[in-house]
Amino acid sequence: MAYELNVNGKAMTADVEADTPLLWVLRDTLGLVGTKYGCGIAQCGACTVHADGAPIRACVTPVEAIGAAQITTIEGAAGLEVGRRVQQAWSELDVAQCGYCQPGQIMSATALLAENPSPSDADIDAAMAGNICRCATYVRIRAAIKRAAGQEA
Amino acid sequence: MGIISNIAEGFSPSRRAVLAGGGAGGLVLAFSLGGKGVAADTPTALNAYVQIATDGIVTIVSKNPEIGQGIKTSLPMLIAEELDVDWANVRTVQADNDPVAYGRQFAGGSMATPLHWDQLRQVGAAGRAMLLAAAAADWGVEASSLTTEPGVVVHAASGRRAPYGSLAAKAAGLTAPELSSVPLKDASAYRIIGQPIPQVDTAAIVTGQPLFGIDMRLPGMLYAAYAKAPVFGAKVASADLAAAQAVKGVRRAFVVEGGTEFDGLLPGVAVVADSWWAANKGRKALNVQWAEHATSSQSSQGYAGQARSLVEAKAGKSLRSDGDVEAALASSAKTVEADYFYPFLSHATLEPQNCTAHFHDGKMEIWAPTQLPEPGRQIVAKTLGLAPENVIVHMTRSGGGFGRRLMNDYMAEAAWIAKEIGAPVKLVWTREDDMRHDFYRPAGFHHFRGGIDASGNVTAWANHFVTFGEGEATARSAGMAPTEFPARFIDNYRLDVSMMPLGVPTGPLRAPGSNAIAFVVQSFIDELAHAGGIDPVEMRLRLLGDQGLVGDDARSGYDAARMAAVVRLAAEKSGWGGALPARRGKGIAFHYSHLGYFAEVAEVSVADDGAVTVHKVWVAADVGRQIINPLGALNQIEGSVIDGISEMFGEITIKDGQVEQSNFDTFPLLRIDAAPVIETHFIKSDNPPTGLGEPALPPVVPAVTNAIFAATGKRVRSLPLKAGELVAG
Repeated sequence: MAYELNVNGKAMTADVEADTPLLWVLRDTLGLVGTKYGCGIAQCGACTVHADGAPIRACVTPVEAIGAAQITTIEGAAGLEVGRRVQQAWSELDVAQCGYCQPGQIMSATALLAENPSPSDADIDAAMAGNICRCATYVRIRAAIKRAAGQEA
Repeated sequence: MGIISNIAEGFSPSRRAVLAGGGAGGLVLAFSLGGKGVAADTPTALNAYVQIATDGIVTIVSKNPEIGQGIKTSLPMLIAEELDVDWANVRTVQADNDPVAYGRQFAGGSMATPLHWDQLRQVGAAGRAMLLAAAAADWGVEASSLTTEPGVVVHAASGRRAPYGSLAAKAAGLTAPELSSVPLKDASAYRIIGQPIPQVDTAAIVTGQPLFGIDMRLPGMLYAAYAKAPVFGAKVASADLAAAQAVKGVRRAFVVEGGTEFDGLLPGVAVVADSWWAANKGRKALNVQWAEHATSSQSSQGYAGQARSLVEAKAGKSLRSDGDVEAALASSAKTVEADYFYPFLSHATLEPQNCTAHFHDGKMEIWAPTQLPEPGRQIVAKTLGLAPENVIVHMTRSGGGFGRRLMNDYMAEAAWIAKEIGAPVKLVWTREDDMRHDFYRPAGFHHFRGGIDASGNVTAWANHFVTFGEGEATARSAGMAPTEFPARFIDNYRLDVSMMPLGVPTGPLRAPGSNAIAFVVQSFIDELAHAGGIDPVEMRLRLLGDQGLVGDDARSGYDAARMAAVVRLAAEKSGWGGALPARRGKGIAFHYSHLGYFAEVAEVSVADDGAVTVHKVWVAADVGRQIINPLGALNQIEGSVIDGISEMFGEITIKDGQVEQSNFDTFPLLRIDAAPVIETHFIKSDNPPTGLGEPALPPVVPAVTNAIFAATGKRVRSLPLKAGELVAG
């Protein structure tokens, strides 16, 4: 059936089965491929997007559960003031290696800083432990979050 | 052709022609290596790396696959440096697979830097020489009277200046100089090499632009899932194709007979649908029954039992025998005997294997994340019965490689399905497919015997290595070189090998061989040090001795002086020898691989419940005189170190011929809350620059296990780490 979705501030329609995860609606139906498939069971965080500002794993969120929630994906991160700061810090420190997990990392970091503008190391660990980076760029992810928070490491 | 993908890249000859004729505002400056320069509008596939537009924007091709090692940035840096252009005016593009134009294109063995350090600087310098020649002809002066500033040819005597963009058309028509004849800059003049330069794709990565194979979209594209047997290579006995085709959105389900080569097309059932979700739902409805297979009784437990028998039978075939190990052991002041084990591991690239394929106009066109495109092209051609020239492979960015994408099995699958369907098809593996159909880091068993004299010097070393293979053929990546350290450094040295048959595909995992061998060798060195009451750093320096280069040359030999230098540096920087609290310790290890010399110290604490925390790792590295991109270099080292630690916590096990793990809940990867602080120091020795994708990984594993021993007195001889064996008391 057709679902009315609000993605990155735009109204969009997706004619898909009710059990289709938001991840595949974004990627295959709406053509927003920045949100990544990594595990399909909410273990890796590559599919992290925001629903009304809160981070969710799109790979286990069926489209029928979205309702009126405002979805923000990596393609819309620059529309958030915090998102822009996070992207800027990620660029300046050149966090990525392969880059595949980084959209999910950036969405998790953006949600963290929107909620907690001055996170401690423990806060960062707790908020980011759901996001695997197979290239293990964790040293720079930590540093980039601190830079985005205005606390230079 | 008419195919426009959403990944706007590629620098194929036809695309060059389009750019040149289509109003890009400049001309292609193309070089054949040692051959003649050709103008852009000559649609000839020559080695072509550089395009200069009239506005001065320089486009440089990166020939090799980008898998996160930063090659799409570092190789163009070499060309840009010698071409003498401003990096801000450089754009880089990914080459297609085109061995005629670019030679071997691959991501493996940390080879790109040593192979291209001279060659691509020469390509840049040749381009600069042609621009100088063009200006010299325009101005009627000798080329030798001209110099360059970034992007500009300058005639100091007359004050004349010409931007490269104004000279490119003329330069492209000139004969390119012999590459080996062009002078190269002195390192003191570098403006780009040695600078911390962010990856060229960073902006696209942080904004989620399409870059990866899995991001491909083509008009009319369908999606595929492919079910293969959990026992590797088993055939399809039956499948409910009708049930799969009854799933809404599924177009077709069909059985693929397939072959027997692990890195080709294995038997399975394909499901093609309007969306990937539908294809995968259809695949779940298949209820495939798999035929019995010769290897379906194999298990990890069985391998361990066979290994034990082979060790007890002393049945190894000799790979190396120096001196008289048995006599030396008999006369040793002390002997140590120990069994070591490391498990199978999965690559687990975060982007699962995938490939997009489209058969049209008699040609198979492929878009794939691959580390080795040309063998992929050959496998597709062979599998489909096509001439290789009718297979075109475009390389996309890879969401990690680690060696997995040196095999192109997914390419053969996607091509077969696309040809059968007659429409563009994107095949995407599930995580479970990916973890259960990998080419695993082979498990291995080592039985060591070592002897020391009364002064603690090592007098004998014997290693009975039990690995996998049949007859004379060792399973892929399951061998060990007879020159592996400490061979050649101990007078009485023996390496024997036994092999067991294996029905599980194996292959290279980042720092293949080394990622396991370093663990066992550097752990056993530690055991001998402690047995003799010698400090582990001192023991290593004694073993390395003062031989200098051991072997024929820097490429094939082992430079003990370079290794001793990094060992000393790692020890010094880590404050080796200082006191630490209870259940906290430091361990050191070194390893030479991929032409790189690395020593690492890990500081570890072990909680009373046996949980291991790695607090900090000090890295001392010698990869030659020049770090090309320090920003990328540090990232590779930090990633390698954490990758190595991550590998100590997971394992792939086999039962009933199948892999038991299937996703990150059963095969864990290290997360940010367990990532240590890493401090890296380079020694700039007078040697050519070498690669950094791999050699920082191997030493960290034994550095951590040696630190665990320092913290607890418990020797880790088997991986993965088991907290239960490290409990206090």
